[in-house]
Amino acid sequence: MAAVGDALEPVTVRITRADLVAYAGASGDHNVIHWNERVATAVGLPGVIAHGMYTMAVVGRVVTAWAGDPAAVLEYAVRFARPVPVPDDDVGAELVVGGRVEAVDPEAGTATLVLTATVDGAGVLTGARATVRT
Amino acid sequence: MPIDPAVVGRRYPAPTSYVVSREKVRDFALAIGDPQPLFLDPAVAREAGYDDVVAPPTFLTVLGFRFAADGPLADPAAGVDYSRVVHGDQRFVLHRPVVAGDVLDSVQVVDDVRAIGAHEKITVRTEVTDAAGTPVATLTSSAVVRGVA
Repeated sequence: MAAVGDALEPVTVRITRADLVAYAGASGDHNVIHWNERVATAVGLPGVIAHGMYTMAVVGRVVTAWAGDPAAVLEYAVRFARPVPVPDDDVGAELVVGGRVEAVDPEAGTATLVLTATVDGAGVLTGARATVRT
Repeated sequence: MPIDPAVVGRRYPAPTSYVVSREKVRDFALAIGDPQPLFLDPAVAREAGYDDVVAPPTFLTVLGFRFAADGPLADPAAGVDYSRVVHGDQRFVLHRPVVAGDVLDSVQVVDDVRAIGAHEKITVRTEVTDAAGTPVATLTSSAVVRGVA
């Protein structure tokens, strides 16, 4: 039984350029800022950045893992606070994902999770929350 | 050029249905690094009570790109400069799980256009329904168009 304040198992995920290429193909988001350094820097970004929706999906893995059933996610929302630059090397960016149970509604059979995602200690998402069927 | 607030309330129906396929769900699940059997194996999904493999919670992102050319961000009347767009926020409300074999209709609706300092924000809601017309999901996405400094 979930209790308010329960912590989710933190996860560290490495994001490399290869991951961005795979996500571009699978999602259909071919925006050049996610694979082309020249264009990314020309529009004022620090370099190639991860798709916001890729970051959201990776953070979502923690939610589905906690829920046990990936079909139990009823609502999931994030605000993109900061881009995630992904360097052109084999190490990539290191995304640290965590969360805790913010609320439990026994009558509705749901729990609300608040989620954190940081790169180099700085949050890349704000207001990240998911509601899951418990 | 500012976004024309006259587009608020305008509806942009997808010109065709989107058929969710096992292979697309598989590609998406692998691309997000989440190779759960429920996403990949129809037998496991059926055992769990679903008609076919289940799509990850953010899978419907693909609808936005599949029908990008038919939506408000591509509408010359809205006047969005796509080269200056960054994703502001995103919300998924899933009324039921999406499974392979679903035939989904969708309509994008402009909910809001507003200035935020030197930037502008356009909020688009996508209502997704199945072949029976039953609501499947509501996606809300805001795009921030960065102002020219």
